[in-house]
Amino acid sequence: MMASLIFAVSVVTLLMFFVSYCRSLTAASSRHQLSWEVRDVTGISALPTGKDFVRVSQLLQLCPERPDDKTGLQAVGLYYSILNFVQRTLGRLIPALQPWTEQELAGCANFAVVILDRRIAFSREVLAQQGEL
Amino acid sequence: MPGLLASAIWYFGVLLEVAFVVCSIWRGSFFRYFFLNLYFLFALGSGVVRYFFLTKFGVSSGEYYFAYFYTDVLLTLALYVALTSLYTRIFGELQFGKYVRLTAVLLLLGTALFSYAVVAQSEQRLSTAFAYELSQNLYFVGLVLTYILWGTVIKLRETRTRLVQFILALGIYFSAYAASYALVNLASKYSVVHIMGPIVSCLLPLSWTVTMWRHSEDSRLMTAQLVAVQR
Repeated sequence: MMASLIFAVSVVTLLMFFVSYCRSLTAASSRHQLSWEVRDVTGISALPTGKDFVRVSQLLQLCPERPDDKTGLQAVGLYYSILNFVQRTLGRLIPALQPWTEQELAGCANFAVVILDRRIAFSREVLAQQGEL
Repeated sequence: MPGLLASAIWYFGVLLEVAFVVCSIWRGSFFRYFFLNLYFLFALGSGVVRYFFLTKFGVSSGEYYFAYFYTDVLLTLALYVALTSLYTRIFGELQFGKYVRLTAVLLLLGTALFSYAVVAQSEQRLSTAFAYELSQNLYFVGLVLTYILWGTVIKLRETRTRLVQFILALGIYFSAYAASYALVNLASKYSVVHIMGPIVSCLLPLSWTVTMWRHSEDSRLMTAQLVAVQR
C-alpha cells in the first residue's frame, strides 16, 4: 500500500519535472528566427504545428549531427510521444486538454525545426571550410 | 559478480560523471558549482571503493554490503549538500544564505535522529540498518526540498538557464529514484525493475553535463514559459 502510494506520487512529480525540463529545452528555441533555407526545405512559411515534428525529425536524420543537440532532441522526442499519447487518449475524454497539447506539440516541432536550421548552418560552414582547403 | 548489462550501465555512469567534472573545468565553472562537482567526485571515489570490495570479497559478502551502504549514505549526504548549494544560489541575492545553511543542518540532524529512532528498536545490525534508513529518508527529504526549490524558482522568476535546468534534472532524478525504489518493493520478481535504479543514476550526470555544455552562465530563459499551465 505504502509502496504503491510512493510510486504514484513519484510518477506524478517525475512527470511534472520532466514536462518543465522539456519546456526549458523548447523555450530557448521559441525566440529563434528561422532562416529562409529551413523554411524552404520544410515548407513551413509561418510557425510550425505539432504535425510537422515527425517530418522534420526525418529531415534531421539526413543532416550531419552537431555534437551538442542529440540529447535534447531525444528528450523532446520522448516528450512529443507522451503528448501525442495524452492527446489521443485523455484529450478525447477532456476536450479542454486539446489546445494545450496542440500548443506543446507545436513547441516540440519548433524545437526540431530550430535544430534543423542549426544543422544546415553547420553543414554549410563545414562545406565552406572544406572549400577553403 | 554483476551481469554484463549492469556493468555496462555502471561504466556508462562513471563516464558521464567524469564528463561533468571535465566539462565544468573546461567551461571554467568548477568552483562556481563546486558542490555539484564534489558530489560526482565522491561518486567516482565510492565507485572505486565498491569495486575493490566487490572483487576482493564478492557481491554477497558482509564487507561489500557494509561498503555499499556506507558509500551510499555518503553520496546521499553529498547530494544533499549539492542541493543546499543550489538553494544558497537561489536565495543568495536575498541575503538568506546563512539561514538556508542553518535550516539545512537542522533538517539533516532531524532526519538523522528520526532514522536512528526508527532503527534503534530493530534487531538487525544497527550500523548498516541506520545507513540504509538515513539514505532512504534523505532521498525523500531531497525530493520534497527540490519540489519546494522549484516552487521558489517559479515564484522568484529565476531566469538563469543553468540553475533552472540543474534543479529540474535533480527533481527528475529524485522522483525517478523514488519510483524505482517503490517498484522494486512492488514487483521484485521482475528482473527489469532491478536495473532501473542504475539507469536512473545515469540521468543526473547526463542532464547536468548537457546543461553545462550547452549553456553558459549568462544564458537566460523565461521561467513563465516553463509552467505547464500559463498564468
